[in-house]
Amino acid sequence: MLSIFNKEISGFLNSLVAYITIGVFLLVMGLLLWVFPDSSILEYGYAGLDSLFNTAPYLFMFLIPAITMRTFAEESREGTFELLATRPLTDWHIVLGKYLASLMIVLFALLPTLIYYITVYHLGAVKGNIDTGAVIGSYIGLFLLGAAFVSIGIFASAITNNQIIAFTIAVFLCFFCFIGFDSISQLLSLQTVDTYITALGINEHYQSISRGVLDTRDLVYFLSFIAVFLVITKTILGGRKW
Amino acid sequence: MSVKVEQLTKVYGEQKAVDQISFTAHAGRVLGFLGPNGAGKSTTMKIVSCFIPPTAGRASLCGFDVAKDPMEVRRNLGYLPEHNPLYLDMYVKESLSFIANIHQLANKKRRIDEVIELTGLRAEQHKKIGALSKGYRQRVGLAQAMIHDPQVLILDEPTSGLDPNQLIEIRNLIKTLGETKTVILSTHIMQEVEAICDDVVIINKGKVVANQELVGLKNTHKNQSLENIFLTLTKSSSFL
Repeated sequence: MLSIFNKEISGFLNSLVAYITIGVFLLVMGLLLWVFPDSSILEYGYAGLDSLFNTAPYLFMFLIPAITMRTFAEESREGTFELLATRPLTDWHIVLGKYLASLMIVLFALLPTLIYYITVYHLGAVKGNIDTGAVIGSYIGLFLLGAAFVSIGIFASAITNNQIIAFTIAVFLCFFCFIGFDSISQLLSLQTVDTYITALGINEHYQSISRGVLDTRDLVYFLSFIAVFLVITKTILGGRKW
Repeated sequence: MSVKVEQLTKVYGEQKAVDQISFTAHAGRVLGFLGPNGAGKSTTMKIVSCFIPPTAGRASLCGFDVAKDPMEVRRNLGYLPEHNPLYLDMYVKESLSFIANIHQLANKKRRIDEVIELTGLRAEQHKKIGALSKGYRQRVGLAQAMIHDPQVLILDEPTSGLDPNQLIEIRNLIKTLGETKTVILSTHIMQEVEAICDDVVIINKGKVVANQELVGLKNTHKNQSLENIFLTLTKSSSFL
């Protein structure tokens, strides 16, 4: 598994994919948080990182599929999947190696935003006047959200050998899993079960963790969400055996 | 009895790609696996290398069954797939070290140097695979297949795209490997079979039509050229 992980990481770092996606993420984040007046922390007047955590899911929705779209689609198009599958590796080694490598890239994108926290910490009217607990919670939530999106992206990449299709499907699924359930629960005919439907969506659990309370229910939700998509991915890869 | 294939059948939808074929490949011998295009050569090789499972029948490699012990099979097998898939944006040494890591080789560096020497990649070892010509890519594929010193080598058209000089070098390499290991190779070049193979299996439309030693095969067909034997045995598939 480690050899797959290393290969994927160096694949990301040797091509432009990682630099461009991370670069664009940080650029857009920087513009939204410090330059554009509508969402700028400076205009907002409160020492908080709310706009970071409200916009990051929407950026991840596009950036994570861009990172993951090649993982399996390229292997099956180039035929190199045969190379991996006939080596002493199980399908789980391959899936997890690729999953963790993509997650690592997401983590790389997230790390530099810690600077924003330090900045806001020092900018507060009274220095340090920032809800650190909520920020830590939000970072954990954002990381789990990213982890869930990566599992969606890996899955989308496994069902096709076309990277564009993989990207499009992953964007849609990320979008739908994030806020689709919230919107569906507002349908009049579903009012009786709306809380259950909202609980299926990522947003509900993301918001809950962002409050700074790490509830095991939310943790279990994210872990099982990721597990479900990885199991489906592994099953699809085994599909050549049917 | 290194590779044993018994009553192997593979059905794709309605089509029978491989139909109850049986043969054995022995250590220290090179087995030529011949047949017209679409006869089921690659399918058989994919089954023996644990990439796809058979519909029916059994295959074993060094005593390990492909269905029950796929990990052990893969550890003892060097497989060069058809069309030789490679990671084009990796460097030659990088890709070899990637494969060596998967096999958790102890003397990684030394072994990589050895296979580079054996396959004649010395001059190209610092290039990206994408920058290599077809013949050199084929050598990288071979180097990847033999890096873990496997007991069995399955090579699907290993000499396609090589120039005449390279052909001779690679054939000699395969012949040397065949002295100690079990080698199964598929090819469309009959001179190659005569030059390096000890045994021959010819399949046509998924069925075995010949399975014996090269010398024996020639004797039974009154010393015709291998090309003619091949044509007679696989004639039914030609366009009429």
